[in-house]
Amino acid sequence: MEQKRKKKLPVLEVLGILLALVWLSPFYLMIVNAFKTNREMFENVLGFPGEATFENFVQAYIDLNFLNALFNSTMITTVSILIIVIFSSMAGYALARNKSKTSNAILLAFVAAMLIPFQAVMITLTSFFGSMNMLNSSGLIFMYLGFGSSLAIFLYHGAMKSIPLTLDEAAKIDGANKFQTFWYVIFPLLKPISVTVAILNVIWIWNDFLLPSLVLSSSEATIPLRMFSFFGEYTRQWHLALAGLTIAIIPVIIFYFFAQKQIVKGVSEGAVK
Amino acid sequence: MRNKDLTFWLFLTPVIIALGAVVVIPLLAGFFYSFTDWNGLTFNNFLGLDHYMRLLDDGRFLSSLWFTIQFSVVTVLLLNVFGLGLALLVTQKLKSSNLLRTIFFMPNLIGGLILGFIWQFIFISVFSDLGDLFGIAGLDGWLTTGTTGFWGLVILTTWQLAGYIMIIYIAYLQSIPEELLEAAKVDGANPFQRFRNVTFPLVAPAFTISMFLTLSTSFKIYDQNLALTDGGPFNSTEMVAMNIVYTAFSSNEMAYGQAKAVIFFIFVAVIAVSQVYYNKKKEVEM
Repeated sequence: MEQKRKKKLPVLEVLGILLALVWLSPFYLMIVNAFKTNREMFENVLGFPGEATFENFVQAYIDLNFLNALFNSTMITTVSILIIVIFSSMAGYALARNKSKTSNAILLAFVAAMLIPFQAVMITLTSFFGSMNMLNSSGLIFMYLGFGSSLAIFLYHGAMKSIPLTLDEAAKIDGANKFQTFWYVIFPLLKPISVTVAILNVIWIWNDFLLPSLVLSSSEATIPLRMFSFFGEYTRQWHLALAGLTIAIIPVIIFYFFAQKQIVKGVSEGAVK
Repeated sequence: MRNKDLTFWLFLTPVIIALGAVVVIPLLAGFFYSFTDWNGLTFNNFLGLDHYMRLLDDGRFLSSLWFTIQFSVVTVLLLNVFGLGLALLVTQKLKSSNLLRTIFFMPNLIGGLILGFIWQFIFISVFSDLGDLFGIAGLDGWLTTGTTGFWGLVILTTWQLAGYIMIIYIAYLQSIPEELLEAAKVDGANPFQRFRNVTFPLVAPAFTISMFLTLSTSFKIYDQNLALTDGGPFNSTEMVAMNIVYTAFSSNEMAYGQAKAVIFFIFVAVIAVSQVYYNKKKEVEM
């Protein structure tokens, strides 16, 4: 039996590696061609560049105003996640510790909101925020709280089940009020779920395109938005476009490299619950 | 914490205001405006069901709906086959198991817009070169017809999301007790029988979740559609989400776009709820 299993493994191993190479091939094609001139790409699209040139990257970096876009993306994503974590954890705690019908109804409303596709609200949403002069990054961050809180509250509410009520009572006896109890006793215990919430929201907010495209002006543009306008101008200059795409992906790859374990854990927890 | 406690409401105020302003009010107002001649700022007349009647004759909208349905059916099938397949592969005791998971999941971290542009390059430049190289005429002009554009979108979406579905299946596969599979083996079940009678029933809940996710995701796809084909050629690959954006923001028909959005919402909600209900029922039977 054991021998049979050992014999079978290399076949699966090879199959896996071949599949992985297929999976990676789009990135390979993007990167090798980002180093070529337009003419060389035309002659040889599959192979390595004859003479690697960084000119494409320099040009794309300048045309994308990349540092500015990176700053905008980072700022919007970070602030949105902070307020989602802070306010959703508070709400999840309050809803979990209150066993009334009102509390259940509120939780249900947040969960039900997850079913609503963005397109169903986007037209009125942008019109209302426009009339309040809120079509800017602050307005966008507020919108992310509204759209992101549902799943976050749901996850926090679930996690609260494993935190015993005796902790709240002990804190109360020690003279802590509700805010102190939450911030000093409960919130630190929710750290794993906060990481999950943060991860799920980084992936979504960092990559979001449609909502920012309706809300942000070009000076506040995030990376996907810049990428989009960049493509309009460079439809026939693939060498620059591919260099731009490569630059745009670098921050994500760095993030993935450092937070890989948490990402996979966060995604499976978020999906399974 | 009691309802009467001020702190209970203080803890909830920020999220209630945000959800109200971003989802509840726009949704209710949207329902209302879809029956009027609202132009984004004001409205003068109630039109009743006029917009909804117009939808029935809007060929472009109906074909985008049909395209979306076909696309969703195919991608849901492929995503679950690939997702479960990849999950079964990387949960074998392979040396490269962790590396493979990392690689298969990677596209999910990159936005649909960027991935759409990368694949546009592949379908246009690489495919035509491969076609010349191997003499396969079918690979030329991949995004210039509705049919190949359809399959282009399917390939892109499957490649992007299969790793996500894989993660869900892995979570359930790992919760299957080893003894159960060992016991089946002792009883003489072959690998296929073990999968059919032990593994599959136990991962059925994962199927419910992944089907819900893949269905609702594929129905709402916009970025990939925009970046890969932009609906072309001649709107043949335009999906509902794109059609709504186009109606509201390019043709500036706010109320009509909103009526489409209402129908879209009902469509998504009905599919999502009935699918979860149906699958849950199935699970119990097993």
